[in-house]
Amino acid sequence: MSRTSSLSGLALPAAALVLVLSVGVAVTIGPADLALPEVGRSLATHLGVDGFLGLEPLSALRDGMVWQLRMPRILTAAAVGAGLALCGAVMQSLTRNPLADPYLLGLSSGASLGAVLVLLAGVPLLLPVAAFAGAVGALALALALAGALGAITPTRTVLAGLAISQLCAAAVSFVIFWSAKGDAFREVLSWLMGSVASATWTSVAIAGGAVLVLGTLLALTGSVLDAFTFGDTAAAALGVPVNRARWVLLIGVALLTGALVSQSGSIGFVGLILPHAVRLFTGARHRLLLPLSALAGASFLVWADTLARTIFEPRELPVGIVTAAIGAPVFAFLLWKGNRR
Amino acid sequence: MGEGAPTEQVPSTQRAGLAARRVSWEIDGRLILDGVAVLTPAGAVTGLLGPNGSGKSTLLRVLAGVQAAGRAVSPSGATSAAAEQSAAAPSATGPSASPASVSVSPTETTFGGADLGAMPRRERARVLALVEQDATTDLPLSVLDAVLLGRIPHRSLLAGDSDADRAAAHAALEAAGAKELADREVGTLSGGERQRVHMARALAQQPRLLLLDEPTNHLDIAAQLQAMRVLRDLAADGVTVVAALHDLNLAASTCDHLVLLDHGRVVAAGPVDDVLVPAVLEPVYGVRLDVLPHPRTGRPVLAFEQG
Repeated sequence: MSRTSSLSGLALPAAALVLVLSVGVAVTIGPADLALPEVGRSLATHLGVDGFLGLEPLSALRDGMVWQLRMPRILTAAAVGAGLALCGAVMQSLTRNPLADPYLLGLSSGASLGAVLVLLAGVPLLLPVAAFAGAVGALALALALAGALGAITPTRTVLAGLAISQLCAAAVSFVIFWSAKGDAFREVLSWLMGSVASATWTSVAIAGGAVLVLGTLLALTGSVLDAFTFGDTAAAALGVPVNRARWVLLIGVALLTGALVSQSGSIGFVGLILPHAVRLFTGARHRLLLPLSALAGASFLVWADTLARTIFEPRELPVGIVTAAIGAPVFAFLLWKGNRR
Repeated sequence: MGEGAPTEQVPSTQRAGLAARRVSWEIDGRLILDGVAVLTPAGAVTGLLGPNGSGKSTLLRVLAGVQAAGRAVSPSGATSAAAEQSAAAPSATGPSASPASVSVSPTETTFGGADLGAMPRRERARVLALVEQDATTDLPLSVLDAVLLGRIPHRSLLAGDSDADRAAAHAALEAAGAKELADREVGTLSGGERQRVHMARALAQQPRLLLLDEPTNHLDIAAQLQAMRVLRDLAADGVTVVAALHDLNLAASTCDHLVLLDHGRVVAAGPVDDVLVPAVLEPVYGVRLDVLPHPRTGRPVLAFEQG
């Protein structure tokens, strides 16, 4: 359809531009004022093109602010937002459940639990692996519980996911309090509500790398997800190996969620609301929906995090509070819409 | 295309249509299909008849290779004990032989002489299409996009819609009588309109074998006749059509060939006039019936009475 192709021609570059501008502008916002050109100068210095462009480096203090404090945090937010939105879109299509999202189905809390346990055991290198194991475990438990309750309906799956999610969250709190050092409350909050406040360039590498590799692979599965539109039988009749596709994609989602949550804690609702918002423009087909959800999710979380760190300055909110404030009403609306049928 | 006169079509059994033998299927230990054999002429409309629970839907899905629940078993004719024995017995042909390949009589499904079971999925999806009952979606999907889904088996999984795909989708909409629905959203369609869209989606697959599960269910009489008209046109274009039908009179007026199922077994198969007779139908449906000639077409019309 020409509508779709002209949209896809413009929508992706536009969304990418919005993301780049969002990151640039978000870096300038904070307790100490920075200007956009200063961000550019710092970037040029670190990319080694400052001399070539005739730009002067920033003072060490201001450069540190851009490059060591704000940039890693904002880029981590962008990567996590992109990945979560993508995971949400894939899960919604694969389970044909408009309420599916890594947070609501318990993957995020499971990943948090895995991450916290490994941190406690003192092997931070295993962080993403443990978070992945936690995410897979939580998803398997949620689906098993939903199945044990009867036919796997969307609402039942979410209820089972919430139960697992609460259990994992309680376990996270318990583990942290048990091992409490000084700042247990803050730590519990940052795992359960999500936070990118302590993000470093390592976080950027892990979250960003996961999104680039796994996210790209997931974004290429549009045709397979399209085939699931009318259910499993229809997908099979279109030549899709239904069970294999479902497991490969769910494991991809769990891997990505694990990598993201290991760096940001469990941030809710990004995976739920972004795909729905993007579908209003793209329709239900995935070729455009998946990359556009990722780009929109990245910009969304950059701004949500900017709001979280500035709205009550100098106090900082966990970013999950901001996403929940926006996401919970959307969730309620989707429930209401689903129940009317 | 001939004006609703399927008798003009000579269903030639020489031309190989769909041929299935020894189709047996078990769900939760219950035998749903018991050694079913189906032979449908190519380029004709075959009606699959039978009371509720006779196995029509399962048979269609097994033929399409998409039945998810249950498993293929040996027909009960070759007693299950014997099948188990042969499965359990150490195979002389080597450890790689699976129980299925050891069993006495594996299912065989061919179309036009090609083995459907051995065909790669995507290739099979280019040969045969399935129209399910009441498939729907909660997602905002335009009718054209829904029909374009039928192009998935025909292109690389990484490719978008090509102009050829769009042309095929529009042609399918036209053939299914759903041209004017192209820009509507699937969620807003009536039952009859949605059925036409599913038909168009199946036609966009450009199948040579079309399987339909009660394509006239929940449709008003005009929509029923319209749907059957589409099937007749397809058959005239050489597509082999197999449709599970509830309404015996609809089958009488539009099918070339009938297969009657009861309790998972074929109890009758053949041309319409051979199957739609009281001696065959009365024991299966438990009703009394009279067969009259249609005053204008001469095709059989059935009148029922409680048995």
